[in-house]
Amino acid sequence: MPSVKIKKKSTWTDMTPFVDVAFLILAFFIMATKFKPPELVEITTPKSVSSDKLEQKDALRIDFDKDGRVFLTVQAQKTEDNVLKKTLIENINTSRNLGLTEAEMNAYVSNTMVGVPFNKLKGYLQLKDDQRKDVLEGIPVTDSADNQLATWVAAAANAFSGKPLQFMIKGDNNAKFPSFKGVIDAMRRNEVFKYQLITDPEGVPPGSELYKLNLKQQRAGS
Amino acid sequence: MASIDSDSESSHKKGPGVKKAKKLSTNVDMTPMVDLGFLLITFFIFTATMSTPSTMRLTMPKDDKKPEDLTEVKESGALTIMAGRDDRLFYYEGQLAADGANFQSTTYKEVRDVILNKKKQVIAAHQHDAGCEKIWARNGGDRNSCRDKDFVVVIKPNENATYKNSVDLLDEMAINDVQRFALIDITPQENQFVQASDQ
Repeated sequence: MPSVKIKKKSTWTDMTPFVDVAFLILAFFIMATKFKPPELVEITTPKSVSSDKLEQKDALRIDFDKDGRVFLTVQAQKTEDNVLKKTLIENINTSRNLGLTEAEMNAYVSNTMVGVPFNKLKGYLQLKDDQRKDVLEGIPVTDSADNQLATWVAAAANAFSGKPLQFMIKGDNNAKFPSFKGVIDAMRRNEVFKYQLITDPEGVPPGSELYKLNLKQQRAGS
Repeated sequence: MASIDSDSESSHKKGPGVKKAKKLSTNVDMTPMVDLGFLLITFFIFTATMSTPSTMRLTMPKDDKKPEDLTEVKESGALTIMAGRDDRLFYYEGQLAADGANFQSTTYKEVRDVILNKKKQVIAAHQHDAGCEKIWARNGGDRNSCRDKDFVVVIKPNENATYKNSVDLLDEMAINDVQRFALIDITPQENQFVQASDQ
């Protein structure tokens, strides 16, 4: 009997295609990643079926977190708009007699997120950005006699008059209704009736009215 | 020195003392590179924020104090939905009876049927309205929009309802194609009923 010799196979495989694919995926993720700007407070937004994308325009963003603390940020894309931010804080300074110094107002322009009542604003603006996190207690909105957000919105609308300014509301899932109502009230006092709620996208439930409408539009479009 | 005397003939041509350059393998060990590649992939997968947030347009009514400016709502076409604590939901049709006879409870899953039933009911009761259809025809809209013109949903979250509840209900308006709805403060009487059922 002649013995059958089994050829010893090499365990070495060509990894080149594998590496190619890996780096392709890597390149994709590098391109697609957009780093989240660091946020002082964590907010989980509710889901909605709305398909409108968030536009990056000049906007006044009002956030409220799960404890009902309200924060206000001015989102302006261009550096020229720093003048407008300066006007805003000057408006606030004179209307509320805060006695802010030039340096404090400049501190506001460089970081417009505010989350304290007016009587603590001076001290808040003296803090460095990373220290501000500990003193955030929110802009008071729930007391209808002293809705300070209304003053802020009025000052912002005044400073940005003649420019398109959007109003965005970003609220946490677990925030209670009164803080949402306080925000709406602040807008209503300034005759602002149109705003946008920032939400997470969600699929439209199949078979619902909106689903049928979307289908109809798709057919008409194609 | 096995490499030198492996091929004696070729080395002979170049003469003695000339060393033939060793042919280096082009095969590079790629394992570390692959390791690094996958490490970066995992890093970027975890940090990637794929879905850009969407926005929901909300238009609130003007706060009119003058009674003649207020929008009149037909009682037969009104549906009031109230949100309470722990995702509880209540509703009534038309006007709330003093004893709360028409005050009913529902859930976020079932509220869609409640809205759709009411809508169907309003459309069925609709009488031909030439004036409304004329307005719609002039604006280039669908004349069928007049059929549910009396249908109004009023959303009233109480102080224990969350922001999510409000957004879910507003979303429900979009899902069910409700044209007329309003977000209004709850009245003390309604809140009493809601809190009584909360226990």
